[in-house]
Amino acid sequence: MAFTVLYLAAIVLVPLLTLPVKSFSDGWGFFWSTVSDPRVMASYRLTIGASFVAALVNGGLGIIVAWVLVRYDFPGRRLVDAMIDLPFALPTAVAGITLTSLYAPTGWFGQYLAPYGVQAVFSPLGITIALVFIGLPFVVRTLQPVIADLDVELEEVATSLGADRIQLVFRVILPYLYPAWLIGFGMAFARAIGEYGSVVFIAGNMPMKTEIASLLIITKLTQYDYTGAAAVAFVLLVLSFALLLVLNALQGWSAKRLGY
Amino acid sequence: MAGHRVSRPIRPGLTEPYAVRVGLIVVALAFLVVFLFVPFVFIFVEALRNGWSAYVGAIESPESLAAIWLTVLVAALSVPANALFGIAAAWAITRFDFRGKRLLTTLIDLPFAVSPVVAGLIFVQLFGRQGWFGAWLSNHDIRVIFALPGIVLATIFVSFPFVARELIAVMEASGREEEEAAGLLGANGWQMFRRVTLPNVKWALISGVILCTARAMGEFGAVSVVSGRIRGETATMPIHVEILYNEYAFQASFAVASLLALVAVFTLVMQTVVARRTRPVVADEALAAELIES
Repeated sequence: MAFTVLYLAAIVLVPLLTLPVKSFSDGWGFFWSTVSDPRVMASYRLTIGASFVAALVNGGLGIIVAWVLVRYDFPGRRLVDAMIDLPFALPTAVAGITLTSLYAPTGWFGQYLAPYGVQAVFSPLGITIALVFIGLPFVVRTLQPVIADLDVELEEVATSLGADRIQLVFRVILPYLYPAWLIGFGMAFARAIGEYGSVVFIAGNMPMKTEIASLLIITKLTQYDYTGAAAVAFVLLVLSFALLLVLNALQGWSAKRLGY
Repeated sequence: MAGHRVSRPIRPGLTEPYAVRVGLIVVALAFLVVFLFVPFVFIFVEALRNGWSAYVGAIESPESLAAIWLTVLVAALSVPANALFGIAAAWAITRFDFRGKRLLTTLIDLPFAVSPVVAGLIFVQLFGRQGWFGAWLSNHDIRVIFALPGIVLATIFVSFPFVARELIAVMEASGREEEEAAGLLGANGWQMFRRVTLPNVKWALISGVILCTARAMGEFGAVSVVSGRIRGETATMPIHVEILYNEYAFQASFAVASLLALVAVFTLVMQTVVARRTRPVVADEALAAELIES
């Protein structure tokens, strides 16, 4: 008990406390001028925007993947199911260099995009691709148990009341999956906001254009601007915590809705 | 998160028309092929593209070996620490009632919500030259940042919740009755833990330790902030991969990366094995519940 609290405090709480303290060590004015700087604001916009789009892509395709894995049988289904967690297990730096080489103009994928004038690497598109990769398991893994628990009777009742398959999907099944979907979406979004390793290689890191917030923190650190780095990080931290709180509330709401 | 696995019976009866079914399977597989399978295969193709001897050569270079050794050392130091904490935390949370229990449970998950870069930054602020303890440390000639202790601390932080999470879930579900019975029969705390709790949570512990190890070996963001990325000295395997890649030594970079990819595969395989070990128990419980109901 005492060990638990002490360890938690020493490893997590005290180190995290340094962040707000350091951020405001040069006063509120300095903090504000740092985070409202156009370059910092641009990095926040890019980070949040790309994370949101990536979470949406995962949200849409994640439903299909989860549905297919639970409901249909096809050769290799178990292998596919086991591989869903790959983005959790693969170090982010490995994902980063792999995606960068694949989408480079001469890479396996990039060569088919280049003729259409689509440049994936060193662009917001590349950042989004990397974020889709690392966020892929969240929606699938939160939806799978819920789809597996989906009551067949529910579908039978709706069908016997005259609902066709399309009505059934949009008026019965999707509303039922919605809370779990939102949690998966939120987790993918939150993870993407703080992501660093898989993005730095493919982003190109041009200030104002393809520079994400995590990278900006490192840039400020290498320039010995410790207070500035802390300020940028503090905003990111507050954003993550806000998302964590929303997710916790969602989990409570979802549990109630599903009647646990 | 990782580790969630469901037994999923494929239900007969209501389903979509054949064409829709095939269509959905094709869309799902196409997405996974582009985003998971091809990238995974690509790592090994690139690593082996100059042949086997070049592959082995890249891994056997002194700097790569130093990176591998450092990575194993960091994992060997941080995983046991987190495993010990995980057991203590799960024990405290599931076996005792106290105020602030919910808060404690939430706090354990906190490192998952923190960006790895921020995780690295907070340790620089504590132990760096300009940090809170910076002056004291440099007076005593102790290096934490840009050295092994900093890397270990940052790694402990990012891999902190894995063991605790897995254990709390299982110990919550199994309840306290067995330990209480053991206590009534005169077992002391250690016997209770060794003979009753540990056998029950064995697979959850293994699963947590594997996930924790994978994360500890693969951490990049936090380590790149605290390590200073000194090649051959403070470069762990992921950092070494980055250094090689930025020097356009692509084949060597992917060779080292392929070792990390193998660790990832091992993790996934073990997760599947552990899930299969624990599933029959759950099935038995469900069966027992049904029998009782009827």
